[in-house]
Amino acid sequence: MSGAAAAERLIEVDGVEKVFSVRRKAGRLRRVKDEVRAVDGISFRVPRGEMVGYIGPNGAGKSTTIKMLTGILVPSGGRLRVAGIDPARERTRLARRIGVVFGQRTTLWWDLPLKDSYELVRRMYRVPDTAYRANLERCVELLDLAPLLDVPVRQLSLGQRMRGDIAAALLHDPEVLYLDEPTIGLDVISKAKVREFLLEVNAERGTTVLLTTHDLTDIEQLCRRVMVIDHGRLVYDGGLAGLRAAGDGERTLVVDLERELPPIEGVPGARTVKVEGPRQWLAFPAARSAAPLVAAVAERYPLVDLSVREPDIEDVIAKLYAGGDSGPDSPGGA
Amino acid sequence: MASRVAQGLCAYGLIVRMWMRSTLAYRTSFVMMTFGDFVATALDFVAIMLMFSQIEALGGFTLPEVAFLYGTSSVSLGLADLLFGSMERLGRRVRDGTLDTLLLRPAPLLAQVAADRFALRRLGRITQGLLVLGWSVSRLDVDWTVGRMLMVPLMTVCGAAIFAAVFTAGAAFQFWAQDAAEVQNSFTYGGNTMLQYPPTVFARDLVRGVTFVIPLAFVNWLPALRLLGRPDPLGLPGWVDFMGPAVAALMCAGAGLAWRGGVRAYRSTGS
Ligand SMILES: Nc1ncnc2c1ncn2[C@@H]1O[C@H](COP(=O)(O)OP(=O)(O)O)[C@@H](O)[C@H]1O
Ligand SMILES: [Mg+2]
Repeated sequence: MSGAAAAERLIEVDGVEKVFSVRRKAGRLRRVKDEVRAVDGISFRVPRGEMVGYIGPNGAGKSTTIKMLTGILVPSGGRLRVAGIDPARERTRLARRIGVVFGQRTTLWWDLPLKDSYELVRRMYRVPDTAYRANLERCVELLDLAPLLDVPVRQLSLGQRMRGDIAAALLHDPEVLYLDEPTIGLDVISKAKVREFLLEVNAERGTTVLLTTHDLTDIEQLCRRVMVIDHGRLVYDGGLAGLRAAGDGERTLVVDLERELPPIEGVPGARTVKVEGPRQWLAFPAARSAAPLVAAVAERYPLVDLSVREPDIEDVIAKLYAGGDSGPDSPGGA
Repeated sequence: MASRVAQGLCAYGLIVRMWMRSTLAYRTSFVMMTFGDFVATALDFVAIMLMFSQIEALGGFTLPEVAFLYGTSSVSLGLADLLFGSMERLGRRVRDGTLDTLLLRPAPLLAQVAADRFALRRLGRITQGLLVLGWSVSRLDVDWTVGRMLMVPLMTVCGAAIFAAVFTAGAAFQFWAQDAAEVQNSFTYGGNTMLQYPPTVFARDLVRGVTFVIPLAFVNWLPALRLLGRPDPLGLPGWVDFMGPAVAALMCAGAGLAWRGGVRAYRSTGS
């Protein structure tokens, strides 16, 4: 593969599957073998420098995908390349080029001061001294780690430990950073700090980031591109804006009238969903323009003020999940 | 291959240091465990000495001869146990999925798992084995030629490799059955207890099994019998006594293959 092509798509996933066979109790003694298709034929590409959100309900297959991308799990089918490397075949070679944070597991040494874990990373990844010092300094500054470096990891709070883990994953200058629920269980301030840091890393280093989360604010603040997985299949891959349209989301026009009036009627393509004193809410399809609607209302009602609300992303995603199997085709993104 | 071995050794050293520092965080319990281990293994040999206060010979072997078997087997197992013994805990990491974090590091997994929870207190068994071995060598009625002298370290190293292969194969098996540690323990610690006594006290079929099925007899029985000038209870040809290094190499290769299969079968846990 030529260098340019490799840069173009740092992560390549083609029809990848992971099937777990599980034994399930059936009755008193009988056990039957069952197959769980955790990842059921997904394909996508991620170019260098992109920050992609990977979302889906519990058990959708997000973590399984990330484990295959790191080489922890061997895929049952399909083809996978990260920086031109087949993760399962050359796991240890790939390890030098990726950084991984599992929100539910720590790579830090429980009984030792935080800085000892970093020292191990330095030696094990053979990070050159100058690069190590610069990287550590940056992480310490941006993630506020200075007061924590000498504290045994077991004494850190969840938020502090997560910040410590994220720093540990970046000391060797990885090209790709995978984050599996990095904000789970964190307080608001820690979340904000982590997000800010990720934006910074992505902008300055051009580090490619793939992140799973349950907190849609993470996605809204960090990712232009979102992939939605449900039951092991990609049901959406594209921009955040497109996601709203794809989920048949509705936008809302909020109008303030001069006085309290009965619900607005007779505006084509919109219906009034709520009235509160002089304020009324009209829902209309996300794909339509708001301008004719505003004109139609202004023509017949005493309009004082107005605003347009985007569809709530949580609702959109809930709708996508509901329509999982017959979900819309992925509009671009590849 | 060579670079992978170097990488593995380097990672092993780094992780061992981290664990040693972690245990130092609990200094008192470390001292007590080391002492406890030493006493436990020491009592082991005291039992044999007590036995000899009642009898002249055990299965036709004198006390220094039994001490020789005891010492060689203990040192071999002690070495393997110190360097690879933690592998028996792999099942736990497989079950709770914490093996994931080791798989993310740029170092061979085998080295990392072997170094996992490294316990220096295991030096207790080696120390005690060496003491018993030294005493027996000073008492044995053997003409110590250079060849015979070299045979002692060689057989302990080969023995350690054989035990290490059993530890590794046992750990590999835990990728499929997480509670397989018991089986492997019966071959390592159990096997060691057996090898500490002369083969003549055991049933022939058992000796055959330990020679041909799980070839632990190559750890010390076969080479030691040759050294002590004793006949082989199975009446095997003489050259078999010198097959220890070959058997160790074969077992290590087999264990390595089993390990590879195990790692590929690893399935992590759902989270
Ligand atoms: N090691 C495993 N053994 C059996 N089933 C698993 C294993 N890991 C994941 N699964 C199953 O695969 C599906 C996807 O899991 P996962 O990738 O962890 O989902 P997510 O991270 O999206 O919540 C779930 O149904 C889960 O139960
Ligand atoms: Mg998950």
